[in-house]
Amino acid sequence: MKNPGIDVDERGYYGRFGGAYIPEMLHPNIEELRANYREMTADPAFKKEFDALLRDYVGRPSPLYYAKRLSEHYGAKVYLKREDLNHTGAHKINNTIGQILLAQRLGKTRIIAETGAGQHGVATATVCALVGLECIVYMGEVDIERQAPNVARMRMLGAEVRPARSGSKTLKDATNEAIRDWINNPENTHYIIGSVVGPHPYPDMVARFQSVISEETKWQLKEKEGREHPDAVIACVGGGSNAAGAFYHYLNDERVRLIAVEAAGLGVDSGESAATSVLGTEGIIHGSRTLLMQTDDGQIVEPYSISAGLDYPGIGPLHAFLIDSKRAEAISVTDEKALEAALFVTRTEGIIPALETAHAFAAFEQLEYGPEDVIVVCLSGRGDKDLATFTKYLDQLKDRDHE
Amino acid sequence: MNRLTQLFRSGTPDLLNVYFTAGYPRLDSTVPIITSLAAAGANLIEIGMPYSDPMADGETIQRSSMRALKNGMTLDLLFEQITEARRQTEIPLVMMGYYNQVMQYGPERFVSAAAKAGVDGLILPDLPLHEYRQDFRQLAEAADLQVSFLITPQTSEARVREIGAVSTGFIYVVSSSSITGKSGGITDAQQAYFARINALDLPQPKLIGFGISDAASFRTACAYADGAIIGSAFIRALAGREDDVEKATREFVEGILQPVA
Repeated sequence: MKNPGIDVDERGYYGRFGGAYIPEMLHPNIEELRANYREMTADPAFKKEFDALLRDYVGRPSPLYYAKRLSEHYGAKVYLKREDLNHTGAHKINNTIGQILLAQRLGKTRIIAETGAGQHGVATATVCALVGLECIVYMGEVDIERQAPNVARMRMLGAEVRPARSGSKTLKDATNEAIRDWINNPENTHYIIGSVVGPHPYPDMVARFQSVISEETKWQLKEKEGREHPDAVIACVGGGSNAAGAFYHYLNDERVRLIAVEAAGLGVDSGESAATSVLGTEGIIHGSRTLLMQTDDGQIVEPYSISAGLDYPGIGPLHAFLIDSKRAEAISVTDEKALEAALFVTRTEGIIPALETAHAFAAFEQLEYGPEDVIVVCLSGRGDKDLATFTKYLDQLKDRDHE
Repeated sequence: MNRLTQLFRSGTPDLLNVYFTAGYPRLDSTVPIITSLAAAGANLIEIGMPYSDPMADGETIQRSSMRALKNGMTLDLLFEQITEARRQTEIPLVMMGYYNQVMQYGPERFVSAAAKAGVDGLILPDLPLHEYRQDFRQLAEAADLQVSFLITPQTSEARVREIGAVSTGFIYVVSSSSITGKSGGITDAQQAYFARINALDLPQPKLIGFGISDAASFRTACAYADGAIIGSAFIRALAGREDDVEKATREFVEGILQPVA
């Protein structure tokens, strides 16, 4: 069957982005995965188990919801792909289910992961509990503080949360620590990367596991609109896994605009931003050739976003390829606009979106579209984990009103 | 002739290769560290180009790298410092760093700047073999820079041979499956691995690194290779010695080279 997405070449490149820039110490682990992932995941027994878990455990298919009031407000036909309704509250579990089944087939007994917002950490801890494997999650010290509910969930699930204390103490540093752990444990451990980043085969493998999002969107849209393709898909991008999944089956359908929304933080030119496609240049981060924020000397720049899940100085090589080739449009949204959008979506549709997802909604005011356009927003996660941030924002609004 | 080639041809046994992070403990420590290492009896020196995200390195080297970057180290400055050190010593010098640094500097520009400064070899642990074969090998050879690759206990025999076939410098034998900076003795399993690599009869000299931290582990490693590499232990020895880097360096090398009872 023809791949509905975009195939990487034999060495894991999308055009000139991707590959595997790894020290020799990682080579055996990565090679084992590369040599096996396509065959193992194509096995009918694997597919059967994967599909059954997505259906009965995760709760898929996730609904495609026509958001009537948002549609009226934005002036387009807005559909929400409700990944927030998945078990554990985000799209992340699609990937961790796939990778845990793979880890079992590879005979691994110990699982490690990195996490930013904690959604991937929770999704990993969940599948480890599900199959009874040891789980260690690396998380930046700053993120441990700002995503306390998810830390508590991981601990409840039996995972050990290890703080990453280097650098900016966020997602990039948690990823470095997880990679080091893997180097130190080359035989019994599988590293579940949470996004479409890292050395080949991770970007392709994670995109394939997440591609269930657009696979469902196609038939759901057909039922509702009589056609499989929307006019645009909007998704937020940190590393870019929900975007990869939401775009996947439309990558080769030029009728569909693909809109990747990055975190501008305090503003693209503020020095406190994570808008990689604007601020980034070509280089290597976490084993992959892609766009990243760096100095002239190749030192990786500390990113900033209010959203822990978008606070990453690179993007997955697939997105670098899509943006570079103009297949996807990149938009950046500030902290302030994301908070505004979160509150607006909550009070218009009764859905509290994750801060990451809120960036995707804030993109509407920067886009041009017609009233008949069908626009799918990937509602990648729910905002329960961000309530502390939202509460603070509400208090600030109240203070402003009083002034 | 390349100074590394000269050194390996001399048949000197038990080669001591010491790694340090350029720009640590002070921005201007590079020249005194190189000249003191040479005077104290090191045989070759690995100059670490500090990197923000050193994937293969442990906490010690990462911290020293952070400090070096904070001190203001850049590649341009480092090349100036190496040029100055080269005026004072003929000891072979190898630069170690991550490929993104080379990519951003520009591979051609980097190789020519390194050669001009008097560098003899490069170690870029995350440079993929195929990319090296495609472009980088030719650049490095034209500039007479030797490129070394790493092997680990998990590296398959076929791959060790592949690395042996393309590596123009010494083979960097990583002693155990770990990041840098772990210490502790050398185990029987490690010795069996060293013996297995020796049995392959690779044409290149072999230096054992990672986990070599004192006179005893240095001696043991030397029994299985042409020499050994010490990094994190030296960085730790430099901590708090900003004002007498030369003395700290001398004491450290003497400690490694002292006869073991």
